[in-house]
Amino acid sequence: MIDNKLKRSNWHIWFFLIAIVLFTYGSAAITQFNVVEGMITLPDALLWMLSNLFVTGESLAKLPIILAALFETIFTSIAATVFGAIIALFLGLFGSSKTMINKPLMLFSRFVASLSRNIPVVVWALVLLLSFGQNSVTGFLALFVGSTGFLTRAFIESIDEAGDKSIEGLQATGATYFQIVFKGVLPQCLPQVISWILFMVETNIRNATLIGILTGTGIGYVFDIYYKMLNYNVISLITLCIVVAVIVIDVCSNHVRKVIL
Amino acid sequence: MIPLLQVNKVEKFYNEETKVLKDISFEVYPGEFISIIGPSGAGKSTLLRCINRMVNFNQGTILFDEQNIGQLNKKELRKVRTKIGMIFQHYNLVPRLSVLENVLHGRFGYKTTLQGIFNRYTQKEKERAFFLLEKLGIEEHAYKRCDQLSGGQQQRVGICRALIQEPSLILCDEPIASLDPNSSKIIMDYLKMISSELGIAVVVNLHQVEVAQHYSDRIIGLNKGNIVFNNRSAALTNVEIQNIYSSNMQDLIMI
Repeated sequence: MIDNKLKRSNWHIWFFLIAIVLFTYGSAAITQFNVVEGMITLPDALLWMLSNLFVTGESLAKLPIILAALFETIFTSIAATVFGAIIALFLGLFGSSKTMINKPLMLFSRFVASLSRNIPVVVWALVLLLSFGQNSVTGFLALFVGSTGFLTRAFIESIDEAGDKSIEGLQATGATYFQIVFKGVLPQCLPQVISWILFMVETNIRNATLIGILTGTGIGYVFDIYYKMLNYNVISLITLCIVVAVIVIDVCSNHVRKVIL
Repeated sequence: MIPLLQVNKVEKFYNEETKVLKDISFEVYPGEFISIIGPSGAGKSTLLRCINRMVNFNQGTILFDEQNIGQLNKKELRKVRTKIGMIFQHYNLVPRLSVLENVLHGRFGYKTTLQGIFNRYTQKEKERAFFLLEKLGIEEHAYKRCDQLSGGQQQRVGICRALIQEPSLILCDEPIASLDPNSSKIIMDYLKMISSELGIAVVVNLHQVEVAQHYSDRIIGLNKGNIVFNNRSAALTNVEIQNIYSSNMQDLIMI
């Protein structure tokens, strides 16, 4: 009996394995992708990267331009996150069931949150590009809209988690709504709120690079120019700068998190 | 003597079939110590929260200090709440803020929104806060965060917060349900002292019949939303206890 069952489950596994292999082979055939060929070109590609993507003295001369663009990107991301966070804080307060003022406002805040969050930031950038043109405002707005949505969602969760006990305690003393919010709710969820904002800054700096390519600003634009000029040494320097910046910001925000939590 | 609180034929229901409170009437006089006992789900918490309208009731009237609680607008309600202190089972403090700040939160009802947000407390209020902390024996913890204190200490902070409101009535929702016997006694002794020395009426929800008998001037027995007993605590016989809890004496744990 047990033997039979074991055999059957074995049969299932084989069936799925074969199905996956057939599916992969089928997709490769349709898209005319040759797995073997791909594998063979891999060493060549790596070799090409090693021989082209390195920083030379010549490319180091471009460092001031790169750094200026990098800082522009970083500051745009931080500004977008901060503005988004301020709006999201209010939307979060209206959207949380613990601190909502009325139902329509709660539904509105949740609607805004899911609308701006469920459309990818890159799509926002492309949409806004049509109305605002290629400048840094477009990039800022795209990041701002994305951050507002994401942070609203995160803040609603944080406020809900902060608990209704302190709210009830303050309500019973005759406190006003904003006294309760500023002295009961915010002190309680501030560590999570700051943590989410730091996370958003990190994410936005990564996204900003990509958005810069689209909107023609910041480090993304510089990357795009040298990429099209086939100047691979500068490209590698830019990539290196981005990696270092992201790591530095990661370390900083982790440190801040450790202190506040 | 004029009653401080008059509860008159109060009813509370979420839908027609399940009435949480049915035809509740009782009076509380200044300085009285009243315990409300009854099984879980009898409506004790709801009744207490109807008094300061943390929960809205459907029928009847509640008069506190000659004000009709049921008909107050938001602003008037806040004003009345400043005169009614409340103490909770889970203390309901703001855990990440200091003890002193939590005590001063009791003054919010007397302040404008901005004064409250920016901590504009007068010297007198701060002195009063320290006086109360000293009185309850926790002044050395004044600058600690509330979540670093034990349950009994947090409950004392809760009492300080209620007292700084200068209330004429204090409602206590199972104040000792999550405390050990030692802290429970300390808290109950303080509550008793508040009613006898400061002349503040105290209404306590309790699970322990013995505690209720020992401390209260009067006991109200609640069962399925009805008042089944309302008399001096000495009049609470075993028959009455069985009636309140609708079970036999041998099925109850008496401390």
